[in-house]
Amino acid sequence: MISMTPRKHISLQRTLVTPVVSIMMTLCVGAAIFAILGYDPLAALYQFFIAPLSRPDQVADLFVKACPLIITATGLVFCYRANVWNIGAEGQIVMGAVCAGGVALFVPGLPDILLMPTMILAAMVGGMAWALIPGILKARFNTNEILVSLMLTYVAALFIDWLVRGPWRDPQSFGFPLTKSYDEAALIQRVDLPGIGTLGQLHWGVVAALVLALVAYFVMSRTLFGFQVKVMGDAPRAGAFSGFCAARTTIGVLCISGACAGVAGMVEVSANMGQLQPEVSFGYGFTAIIVAFLARLNPLGVIAAGLVIALAELGGDSAQMALGMPKVVTGVFKGILLFMLLAGETFNRFQLRISWPALSRAPAARGR
Amino acid sequence: MTRPHAATSLKTPPVLNAVGLTKSFGDFRANDAVSFSIQPGEIHALLGENGAGKSTFVKLVYGLLQPDEGQIFWQGQPVNISGPLQARQLGIGMVFQHFSLFESLSVAENIQLALPAGENLAALSDRIRDMSDRYGLAIDPDAYIHNLSVGQQQRVEVMRCLLQNPSLLIMDEPTSVLTLQETDQLFSVLRQFADSGMAVLFISHKLDEIRALTSRATVLRRGRNVGTVDTKKNNNRQLAELMVGRKIADVTRQSAPDQSKAVCVIKNLQRPKPTAFAVTLKDISFTANAGEILAIAGIAGNGQDEIMAALSGEWRPPSADIILLDGQDISHLGPAARRRVGLGVVPEERNGHAAIPSMSLSDNALLTSHSLGKAVQHGVIDGAATKAIAAEVIDKFDVRVPSDDPMAASLSGGNLQKFVVGREIIKSPRLLVVAQPTWGVDVGAAVSIRKSMLDLAARGSAVIMISQDLEEVFAIAHKIAVLHGGCLSDVMLASKVTAEQVGILMGGGADIEGASA
Repeated sequence: MISMTPRKHISLQRTLVTPVVSIMMTLCVGAAIFAILGYDPLAALYQFFIAPLSRPDQVADLFVKACPLIITATGLVFCYRANVWNIGAEGQIVMGAVCAGGVALFVPGLPDILLMPTMILAAMVGGMAWALIPGILKARFNTNEILVSLMLTYVAALFIDWLVRGPWRDPQSFGFPLTKSYDEAALIQRVDLPGIGTLGQLHWGVVAALVLALVAYFVMSRTLFGFQVKVMGDAPRAGAFSGFCAARTTIGVLCISGACAGVAGMVEVSANMGQLQPEVSFGYGFTAIIVAFLARLNPLGVIAAGLVIALAELGGDSAQMALGMPKVVTGVFKGILLFMLLAGETFNRFQLRISWPALSRAPAARGR
Repeated sequence: MTRPHAATSLKTPPVLNAVGLTKSFGDFRANDAVSFSIQPGEIHALLGENGAGKSTFVKLVYGLLQPDEGQIFWQGQPVNISGPLQARQLGIGMVFQHFSLFESLSVAENIQLALPAGENLAALSDRIRDMSDRYGLAIDPDAYIHNLSVGQQQRVEVMRCLLQNPSLLIMDEPTSVLTLQETDQLFSVLRQFADSGMAVLFISHKLDEIRALTSRATVLRRGRNVGTVDTKKNNNRQLAELMVGRKIADVTRQSAPDQSKAVCVIKNLQRPKPTAFAVTLKDISFTANAGEILAIAGIAGNGQDEIMAALSGEWRPPSADIILLDGQDISHLGPAARRRVGLGVVPEERNGHAAIPSMSLSDNALLTSHSLGKAVQHGVIDGAATKAIAAEVIDKFDVRVPSDDPMAASLSGGNLQKFVVGREIIKSPRLLVVAQPTWGVDVGAAVSIRKSMLDLAARGSAVIMISQDLEEVFAIAHKIAVLHGGCLSDVMLASKVTAEQVGILMGGGADIEGASA
């Protein structure tokens, strides 16, 4: 019989070794698949893991790629810890970008120094509002937040599509579905490292993302609100006994995750695009769900998990470009990586026992 | 009363003879060379604290676990019992503490499911009626389970075993869900079984019952058999001390104090049932006075959960002046605000309600102290303060912990209960509300929990104890009210009523005259 029993003690040592083992196994299985498909396994693995990290500016770009994932996943950690299943971060990213874009494009006469804070605020409100719809429906009518938040993603995607093709389109865009470019003050600047200058696409949004994750870690581990979130997620009855309000917790975590997702959308547009376009998020809201779980719902882990997922994305791009590897093969490899990491984590927390009932009863003959 | 078969026990081989059974889980020896035998026609008790190894032993006998060492002899023959199916084929029947009946099926259909295929329902129903008549079980095979009381459901479980003609019937804490009267009925049925030659292994930690029903008891302590004793020649205290392995202090209530000062007043509390399976509270009024323990007795499911939620603030009445604490209306306050005005609450369910198993004891201490100022400053948790609270509870209430600030899940039930009770008492609440304070708790822990409640009352607080354990109610309560069907009886002086009278009220009988306090 095969059974998985929870480990009583999860040692730090094993926790650190597990992801290394998982990645080694990914390398072995990946190499085998590449070889079967006729690619040079070593060259392919080089493209996946080494090439995206071979120069400092590429490392910086890795952080840029991870930035929206880290911001969004940090918010999602609060939701999932509270057992609130916000699956619609993708839509909240879009609505954040739209609201910030509205400020950047259509609010005249704001002093430059106030423009960016106003955009951030607008992005938070936009994402929050979008997340509050499933929140209020759940608190009032006990609807399923998974379905509502997921469906609202498509509403948001169609809404921005309509905006940039219709009312918000730049008349001088030659028919392309694009808004006007943002003013300089509405753009997020590259980080100017002393003595080095700018490094790849590295922008201040990345710094903000790292700070956000640290703040979230503090809130989660040291404040009463973080305690409330964990209690309501682990044991809602104990939470009610303790005096926490379930509906308020639900609304609270949805606000946080919506605001984070909205800011991620705003950062993406202001740092990388400079204008609104039909697609502002390339599945970041969904990938962030994986990041949050890969991080074991720990805001510090979100940084590492965001970087790992970003590496897999960039490595996939690099393998496609350098080796002409089809997108589906890079997708399979990313899937193997995720599988190995999650399986490793599972074995870290549970012990696999395989027992053979027929053999373990060997003394059966003794009595007869 | 003598049993014909017990008299011949020296000549007939024991039905079951277990020799040196050992079972380990990792480093933990749940059973350590336990030997045990039971004669045909004997009712034998298996006694022990929680975690003493009773369940492990029974699982070894019923084939749910395999011993690491030792041998089981069944009617003189060595056997290896590989599973419950083989156990049933040998003639071992077992009634578990938790029933496994399909509520939407009839009695006969439920029993048919447990029997080998092939018997048609009509024939089975006849057999059930026969058996029911023979033992006075009063089971209607056509009745649906959801219409039966808990006691009747248990008899269905017993019937299911009986139809397989067992030579040994194992009952795991069967009386924990029964009223006094139902317990008496069960005992008379079990005595009939014994008279017809069946052996009954009866697991319980209610000492009065064991002494009423059985003549011999085997006591387990920390996985070892510490002796088989004559239950008629030992009193409760001697049995308990054998279970615990040390002397037990006396816990008795003092006489009721002057009743002038009301701490908690409940006036016309009503609550429509929140779900289909809940109970409607009907116009409940009572007063808990300073210095006394008021017991609300009653079988579970008669409105205890609903009263508890109203007292703790998890549910709040829609109008004012329903619940008063020291004269202040607290009806509208939530649990955290009620704690600030001096309420302490211990819910019945330890895991997931009173405490969170996956969290540390200091986090569990924070659960009921975050509104009291010390542990949380400006929304930030003071980790040192919560650890200090937990350490103080652990120290003062003798909570045995495996490590420094462990997870609640790593404590035994009794120790966790000492922690959640101590967590409230340490705050010296004006009113302590406790539900089933010693439910599933070993004797040693139960004694210390009861003592700490009495101490709190002696310091001038009021204690409301919701309990279905009459032994406990009469041991420490000054006053008793009985909850049945969402209605509360008059409050009676404990010294003026008997357990039988309270038992009748718990079963829905009429009020007792002249006992009102």
